[in-house]
Amino acid sequence: METRELTCIRCPIGCHITVELDNGEVKSISGNSCPRGEEYAASEVTHPERIVTSLVTLEGGERPVVSVKTAGNVPKEKMMDVVGALKEVSARAPVNIGDVIVKDIAGTGVDIVATSAVPAK
Amino acid sequence: MKDVTIIGAGVVGCAIARELSRYDLDVVVLEKETDVCEGTSKANSGIVHSGYDAKPGTLKARFNVEGNRLIHDLSRKLDFPFKENGSLILALEEEGRAGIEELLERGNKNGVPGLRIVEKEELRQMEPNVSENAVCALYAPTGGVVCPFNMTIAFAENAADNGVVFSFDTEVKSVEKKTDENGAVYYTVKTSDSSIDTRIVVNAAGVYSDVFHNMVSGKKLSITPRKGQYCLMDKNAGSLVSHTLFQLPTKAGKGVLVTPTVHGNLMCGPTADPADGPEDTSTTDEGLNTVLSRGALSVTSLPRMTITSFAGLRAHEEGGDFVIGEAEDAPGFIDAAGIESPGLTAAPAIGVHIAGLVKDMLKPSEKKDFISTRKGIPSIALATDEERAALIKEDPAYSKVVCRCELVTEGEIRNAITRTLGATTVDGVKRRTRAGMGRCQAGFCLARTIPILAELLGKSEEEIEKSGHGSYYLDGEIKDSF
Amino acid sequence: MAEIKKDLVIIGGGPAGLSAAVSAAEEGVKDLLIIERDVRLGGILNQCIHNGFGLHTFKEELTGPEYADRYIQMAQKAQIPFMLDTMVIDLSYDESTGDKIVTAMNKTEGLFTVRASAVILAMGCRERPRGALNIAGYRPSGIYSAGTAQYYVNMEGRMPGKKVVILGSGDIGLIMARRMTYEGAKVLCVAELQPYSGGLKRNIVQCLDDFGIPLLLSHTVVDIKGKRRVEGVTIAEVDENKKPIPGTEEFYECDTLLLSCGLIPENELTNKLGAKMNPVTGGASVNESLETDIPGVYACGNVLHVHDLVDYVSGEAAVAGKNAANRILGKNAAENDGTVINIKTENGVRYSVPSVVRPAFMSDTLTVRFRVGNEYRDKNLSVYLDGVQLMKLPKRVMAPGEMEQIILVKSKVLEIISGKESEEHELIIRVEDKE
Repeated sequence: METRELTCIRCPIGCHITVELDNGEVKSISGNSCPRGEEYAASEVTHPERIVTSLVTLEGGERPVVSVKTAGNVPKEKMMDVVGALKEVSARAPVNIGDVIVKDIAGTGVDIVATSAVPAK
Repeated sequence: MKDVTIIGAGVVGCAIARELSRYDLDVVVLEKETDVCEGTSKANSGIVHSGYDAKPGTLKARFNVEGNRLIHDLSRKLDFPFKENGSLILALEEEGRAGIEELLERGNKNGVPGLRIVEKEELRQMEPNVSENAVCALYAPTGGVVCPFNMTIAFAENAADNGVVFSFDTEVKSVEKKTDENGAVYYTVKTSDSSIDTRIVVNAAGVYSDVFHNMVSGKKLSITPRKGQYCLMDKNAGSLVSHTLFQLPTKAGKGVLVTPTVHGNLMCGPTADPADGPEDTSTTDEGLNTVLSRGALSVTSLPRMTITSFAGLRAHEEGGDFVIGEAEDAPGFIDAAGIESPGLTAAPAIGVHIAGLVKDMLKPSEKKDFISTRKGIPSIALATDEERAALIKEDPAYSKVVCRCELVTEGEIRNAITRTLGATTVDGVKRRTRAGMGRCQAGFCLARTIPILAELLGKSEEEIEKSGHGSYYLDGEIKDSF
Repeated sequence: MAEIKKDLVIIGGGPAGLSAAVSAAEEGVKDLLIIERDVRLGGILNQCIHNGFGLHTFKEELTGPEYADRYIQMAQKAQIPFMLDTMVIDLSYDESTGDKIVTAMNKTEGLFTVRASAVILAMGCRERPRGALNIAGYRPSGIYSAGTAQYYVNMEGRMPGKKVVILGSGDIGLIMARRMTYEGAKVLCVAELQPYSGGLKRNIVQCLDDFGIPLLLSHTVVDIKGKRRVEGVTIAEVDENKKPIPGTEEFYECDTLLLSCGLIPENELTNKLGAKMNPVTGGASVNESLETDIPGVYACGNVLHVHDLVDYVSGEAAVAGKNAANRILGKNAAENDGTVINIKTENGVRYSVPSVVRPAFMSDTLTVRFRVGNEYRDKNLSVYLDGVQLMKLPKRVMAPGEMEQIILVKSKVLEIISGKESEEHELIIRVEDKE
């Protein structure tokens, strides 16, 4: 039996939630004050995911970098792999919001897309 | 062989350089920092003292009163901000009256014009926010406030325009007294990267002035750096008082002053603490608290609007007075040492005096083409709409605001970098233009100032520093540590 | 000096200005102009490249530039004219005509003035500097406000340092802890003077906990080492009076100190105009229409009071835009019957926006936003109008970092005040214990 303590982030109350796990399986969730907390805790302890936002270098643009994000959630433990993989990436101006910059970043199956529009210089 | 080598480009060194630049002399100023005005001159009260404080007969008294008179005229000729706002020395308890009367008498002996005692009612009319406890005050109408940076910079620029050479990042390692084949004394000044032979050395090295003096003279000086801490407040607090409010020292300790600065901020300070060596410009929690709590005694309510705090060092000489003149046993070695308060006020007079000594020794001829005036950097913030329109018409860069708090434009920053002895650091730009001196303290304009410096100096942005000597801002690009 | 005329000038093209302009245009104002000092629209959102924006407005999670872009697209669709790289340097009120005189400058027009019948102030806010905290020590390079670091990293792709301590757990500080980590810096800790964080819970979890960055509550920086560049900082625990506790000092070797110590509305122009200010918010004092005491001058967004969610900024600004439009177009011109409700905040409630309500000018509902001064758990938020309890809202948690709001219903308000002799009424908002 394993116990995990979490702070719920679904609303400002920030309930302290305790999750009991057995072999990776959720046995009980307590401390939450609403169903959203339960849902959050369950997903956070079994397969935590995050959107990653970062930058890639940009050639020929008004600015030297362009902001990007993962088009969907990636596993939490892959966050640093994602930004690490972006080190080698550079985009070419002009870039528009939503442009796919990298397909399937760091083996996550998720694309990297631009979040700013940067015109060419 | 140089005629004159000045050690130190603070306000004293620069004032001396400016006065010497009237003559056909080969003058060099050696400065260990990257810019002028990097030591004591940049961190003080910015007060032009009227001269009631120093004991009659001292050099402090003499040069204070004379310096005060000179600054009025020089501020116009050399175009630096100065305002004669008058000083009030407050007696915050009835027992202080005797002290106020003593200062009046002392001031009269020193030749300070216009001194008089104002009583409670008049005091309150002059300063509606003065503390209820103030029973009377000495009013010194010739007291003023000055921009210490631009005063120093103005002296230096004018000196440079008249041929004085400034050598920055040049630390003096040794000064050696020598005698030439004709038996005349000269000096060899060794720096980090050169050796200079010079007929005359002027020692304006601030907290280090004892070090250089003691290299050539058996009559030793002993400088103890003392630290003064200050809090500078937002311009929204600047109209709290219009005069400079000093406190008569009491049993509780030496007072701190509350004053508007020449640029309209409110300033409070200084403390007088022992410093941990000649480079200790750190503020302390205790010091800053003292400044605010003591300052609060002068006014009904001191706003909590500090935008920055800082500490400066005072070169206190054991004898308690300025040490000015040729060292007894080192002919041609001229001290301007132990210049603590009222040094900023005294500087122009010290400059005139020391230039006079040099003139007597070297008998130089006067330059025919001496440029006696200097024009400062135009200020969009202070200009009228007509002046603004004209400046922008001439150079559209004067329409591009870089520092939003102080309304400083790209035109002003470019001017500051490209003019005589132009700024090479972010602090240099700040002290010349006020970019970064406002309430956000460069939060916004830093990133806009650095590229202009880089462009005009032909450097990369990473090479641009706050004040030289490794004070870099930028450290590589994103992800370069992966 | 050239002079142009406009019905409406919006000062600032960030989220507040854009939303106000779009809303005014939707209401029918055609002769309007946005004046923006930066080289692009969108304001500070352009450098807020993290996600978490727009959950209320667009029901999806956007990054800052994406959120800004939505409004920029709306403004372009509405063909709202704007000037970029243009700084407003003065604002005054011509009492004889009621016109507002906006003085501005840019490289193409030089110095010029705009005569406007209405002005919306949307200049945003700036960060509080180190001095506000009176941190002792040296003054080397390497001390940045979190926003400056954010600009360098996110807009320029440059690192302001590699080994970082952050003071202040406001949202920008928390966000920068993650951003700096993502870009290869080592963030040692975030110190917070208060016993609670000023940032959103979500940010503490996802920007600090995710990366194992410690949050030191009730701690502050007591000394900065390094004469040229930051070499380290000393952090100490503070007691309940926020005074450092001797013996708790710990030295952190670092090259960078980021400050995230709060924001201050940027009201130079408002002060020049001479509008009445609210000393608590640092913004103008406004009525139900978000109008200052200078007729026809409205304020919204962070220049009015600092918000934590841009969605609320957009919402508030839209109201200001609509009210400005109504004034310009003479719509819903209610008769000012002189009735006013002064809002008094007490017992833990620090301020409210608006602070004055003229019932005649109220819409059917009116959102009143405010902040509390401390962290409260399991309390009631009570609202009284002329002594009659209007609301009693049970609150699990209220914190200074999270803006609160109540919605006043016009019909209910009128029910209570109608028939009373006095023209002046009082609405009280306060925190109360649960019985």
